[in-house]
Amino acid sequence: MPEVPPLPRRRPHRRSLLAALGASGAAAVGLSFGLDGCSEKVRLGANGEEAKLNFYNWDTYIGKDTLKNFRAATGVDVNMSLFANNDELFAKLRAGNPGFDVIVPTNEFVTRLRVADLIQPLDHAKIPNFRNLLPEFQSVVFDPGRRYSIPYTWLVLGIGYRKSKMQGVPDSWKWLFDSDRYKGRIGLFDEADDLVRLAAKYLGHSVRNVPESLLPVIEAMYIRQKKNIRVFHEDNGQDLLLSGDIDIVLEYNGDIAQVMQEDDDLDFVVPKEGTLINSDCLCIPRGAPRPDNAHRFINYLLDAKVGADISNTIMYPTPNGAALALMPDSYRQNRAIFPPKDRMAVSEYGDFEGVERTHQFDELLTRVKAA
Amino acid sequence: MAENVEEPWFRARGMFAALLSGPVLFLFAFLLAPLAIIWGYSFGHTQGLKEIVVDGTFANYAHALNPLYLSILVKSFVFAVVTTGLCLLIGFPVAMAITFAKPQSRAWLLLLIMLPFWTNLLIRTYALMAVLRTQGYVNVFLGFLWNNLSQIMVAAHLGHLAPFQPLDLLYNNFAVILGLVYVQLPFMVLPLYSAMDRLDRSLLEASLDLGAGHLRTLFQIVVPLAMPGIASGVLVTLIPSLGAFLTPDLLGGGDSQMIANVIERQFKAANDWPFGAALSFLLMYVTFAAIALQSMFTPKGGRRG
Repeated sequence: MPEVPPLPRRRPHRRSLLAALGASGAAAVGLSFGLDGCSEKVRLGANGEEAKLNFYNWDTYIGKDTLKNFRAATGVDVNMSLFANNDELFAKLRAGNPGFDVIVPTNEFVTRLRVADLIQPLDHAKIPNFRNLLPEFQSVVFDPGRRYSIPYTWLVLGIGYRKSKMQGVPDSWKWLFDSDRYKGRIGLFDEADDLVRLAAKYLGHSVRNVPESLLPVIEAMYIRQKKNIRVFHEDNGQDLLLSGDIDIVLEYNGDIAQVMQEDDDLDFVVPKEGTLINSDCLCIPRGAPRPDNAHRFINYLLDAKVGADISNTIMYPTPNGAALALMPDSYRQNRAIFPPKDRMAVSEYGDFEGVERTHQFDELLTRVKAA
Repeated sequence: MAENVEEPWFRARGMFAALLSGPVLFLFAFLLAPLAIIWGYSFGHTQGLKEIVVDGTFANYAHALNPLYLSILVKSFVFAVVTTGLCLLIGFPVAMAITFAKPQSRAWLLLLIMLPFWTNLLIRTYALMAVLRTQGYVNVFLGFLWNNLSQIMVAAHLGHLAPFQPLDLLYNNFAVILGLVYVQLPFMVLPLYSAMDRLDRSLLEASLDLGAGHLRTLFQIVVPLAMPGIASGVLVTLIPSLGAFLTPDLLGGGDSQMIANVIERQFKAANDWPFGAALSFLLMYVTFAAIALQSMFTPKGGRRG
C-alpha cells in the first residue's frame, strides 16, 4: 500500500505572541473540560442537550461577534479553545475526545481522523445551509459527498514578499528553495511535509506520491539552500515579513492577506509551478457530548451573512458561494486571497499517504537541519 | 546531634507517614507513572494512527543511536555546556556581590534575580525577539548612533559612513545561547548565593590576613567552599538547557536544531511517539550521568547547613 504523508499545518497566527501562547498553553485547554458539568448547574436547550458547545479552532479564525450572535440566536454558549496546528489537534484527540463538539482540521487531517475513526459522519438533514457552498466544494476527493466534513475555508501556500526588496515578482519556488538571490532573507515553513511536497512540485512532480528517487534530490537541494535561509518559522511568517526580519517567505495566502492590510509594500504570489491547496473543515469528533448543537453550529456558520462576517475578519477564501456574493470587491478581487485561475489549475490537494511517509519526511528535514 | 534530629520522627511515625503520603502519592501519580508509560512506549511501535503496541523492541533505541541523532545530541550538549559555562561566569560575581551587599539591599537584589520568574518564558522569549530582530531595539539604537556619527563626520568634512547595516542578532546559534543564558541565569545565581551566604567570613579574613591576595582567596577559599552550590547550579542549568526546545525554536535559525526539537516533532508532526520516547530516555540517561557526576563533587556528610 503506498503511503504518503501529509499534514499541513498552518495557520492564522495573527498576532504571533498570542498565537504562540495558545500553542504552548494548549496543555491548559484540556483541563477546562474536567470542570464540565460539575462546576455549574446544567442549562438545557430545547433539543435536550446542555446549552453549550465546545469549539476547538485555530487562532483568529472566527468573526468578531459570531459566537455572541450564535448565542443570541440559539441560547447555546460556545466555549472556544484554540490549537496551533493539526498535530496538536490530533494529539489531543487520539487518546479520546476530551469533550470537543466541533473541530476544524485541515483536509489531510480529515482523512487521517477518519482513518483513525476519530470523527463521526454528519447528518446532512440538519445542515440545510449546505446548499450555500460552491458546487466544487460540495464533493471533494478527500471526502466524497462530504460525509464527514464541511468546508470552512480553503487556502494555498505561496510566497509572501516585500515588493521593494525583490527583483521582479518572485513567482517561482526557485527563489525560496534553489537560489541565493535573497540570501539571508528567506523564511521557510518548519513543516517537513509541506517542504518536501512543494520541492517536488518545483521539480516538476505532483505533490502526491512523491517518488522515493526524488527524496535524495530534494534533501540535497535543501542542504544546499540552508545557508541562504534565515529561519524555519512556526507559521508566523507574516509577522516576520511585516517586521522586516525577512523579505520573502513561504506562507498561507490568508496570513499574508492579513498583513497586506497593514503594509502596502507586501504582496503574495502563487508560484507558476503550482502549489498545495488546503481546506479547513468543520467536523464532529467521535464522542462529542452535544452532537445536535454541533450540527446547529455548523449550519449557522454556513449561513450567508454569518459566513460573510467571518470572511471579513479572517480574510481567508471562503467556499461559501452565498457568503461570497455578500463580500465587497476588495475581498473578491484580492489576488492574494483568490489566486489567478491558471495558477489554481496547476495546484492540487495533498493526500494523507500513511504514517511511514510522515516519519520519512520528518527525518529528511532533521537531516537537513543537522547537516 | 544526628540522634536528636532523627528521634522525633521515629516516635511520631504515624504523623510522619501521614505527611509524607501526600507528596509520595503525587510524585507517583504525576511523575513516576507517566514516566513509566513513556518508558514503555520506547519499547513499542506505532500501529495505524493512534495505537502504540509495546512489544519489547529495541528498534527505537537502535534508530536513536544512529549518527544523525547522536550528532544532534552532541550538539545539544555543546549548547548546554556553553550556556552553563556562561551562566557560571556571569552568575558567580553576581552571587558574590549579593552576598556581600548590605543586608537591607540583599533582599531587593534577590528579588530582582527572581523577578523574571513572574513572567512566562514564552513572553520573555518574544521580548528578546523584539530586542534582537533586524529592526529591534538593539539595531535601532546602533543605527541611531551610526547615523549621528555619520552626520558629525559629514559636518567635519571627513566624508560619510556607509549606510548602517543592521546586525544579524536573531535566528542563529548566538541568539539561542543568549536566550538560554538569559533564561537559565537565575537558576545558577540562586544556589551559588545560598552556598556563599553560609560561608564563614572569618576564613576570608584569615586568608587575607595571612597574605593571600584577593584572587588567591577567591580561588582557594571561596570557590572550594562554594563547590556544592556550584555543582547544583551547574546541574539545574545544564539539564534544562539540554532539554530546551522553545528557545531554539523561536530564536534559532536553520542550524539551531537541538535534540528536544526533534523529540517534540516526534510527538507532534511526525506522530512517532515510541521513537520520541526512546530519544527522551536517551536524554534522560545522559541526565542521570550528569547527576551522578554532580554527586561526586558534593562532599558527603553534614558539613553543609
